[in-house]
Amino acid sequence: MRGFIPFAACTRVGQAQPTNPDEGGSPVSVDDKIVSDLVANKVEFVTTVPCKQLAGVIEKVDTSPDIHHVPSNKEDEGIGLCAGAFMGGKRSAIIMQNTAIGVTINTLATLTQFYRLPLPMIISYRGELGEPVACQVEMAVHTKALLAQLHIPTYHFHKEEDVAELDAILKYTYMCNKPVAVLTDATFWKGY
Amino acid sequence: MIRSDVLRDIAPILSDQLVVCNIGLPSQELHMIDDQPSTFYMLGTMGLSSSIGLGVALAQNKKVISIDGDGSVLTNFGTLPTIANNVADNYILLIIDNGSYGSTGDQPTYAGKKTSLTAVAKACGCENVIECQAEDTAETLRQAIEGDKMTIIVSKCESGNIKVPVITMDPVVIRARFMKEIEDRNA
Repeated sequence: MRGFIPFAACTRVGQAQPTNPDEGGSPVSVDDKIVSDLVANKVEFVTTVPCKQLAGVIEKVDTSPDIHHVPSNKEDEGIGLCAGAFMGGKRSAIIMQNTAIGVTINTLATLTQFYRLPLPMIISYRGELGEPVACQVEMAVHTKALLAQLHIPTYHFHKEEDVAELDAILKYTYMCNKPVAVLTDATFWKGY
Repeated sequence: MIRSDVLRDIAPILSDQLVVCNIGLPSQELHMIDDQPSTFYMLGTMGLSSSIGLGVALAQNKKVISIDGDGSVLTNFGTLPTIANNVADNYILLIIDNGSYGSTGDQPTYAGKKTSLTAVAKACGCENVIECQAEDTAETLRQAIEGDKMTIIVSKCESGNIKVPVITMDPVVIRARFMKEIEDRNA
């Protein structure tokens, strides 16, 4: 089940559809908010590697008429696609799970950072509170340390209202031409 | 013919195309033979030439040629289904298949043994896969460019390297001039 945020807390909700009008003040889903922020920031190319927590947002990305969605088989491949799309003139982003940080380190360092390419990374932060799968914790404990070691600006969405910062994070990414990570945990997604 | 001979043969065809060139010796050789601002030289990140090129092709309309190697395709095997299922008719993947990891000392790859990249690309769903001998690469590439269909070319050549200097150009310069070429050509 996805969470809802009230319209008033959003900086940009014009393109998002209210999903639960009975629940006081036209709320909009987190999935809609993420996709509408991507679109509003002219992110036209998105690659994804699935995660259960991200299923809703991946579906919205896939059906958005403003986004070219290319599913990847592996996250480093996806970052390569994003690099190409950006150089081809389309802002790009990747949606993936934190377990992929391990397999993308070389690509982030030698492609995204070395060529100074902007890359928003919307990452499901598995292995945090509420996690039912023990093995996920094994990468969760390394996630922030690896991102810090890579000097990747990292934001952690824990509460639903944290999504209000996404618009500013996207603008920051294209200001500084860096990969920027947004970790979204189970509490943010209201469980699994 | 070895890879550098193939690159020398196709350089006149590549010179007015957008090119993404594989890490290591292929980029160094092409840079030495005929440096063009429309070529994106990979200085690192083995395996992603095909992915970067596909990204460029999907984002704009001009033709894009990814030059890859058999070892690099083996490193990023997941790229072939992605290419097959995201058809871009302005995209050509040229795999120069010398059956070895040339940049690291010519260790043999599985593509030089039992594994056929041509068969793999077809099995992955790529519809227009052409295997040619090294001598026919230029003509095959010329036809692919004229064909306006997404094409995978597997050029079978011999293993071997020539002495080439490393590329000292700054990566940001490589990217900036490549992006300017793309922008100008799509204007």
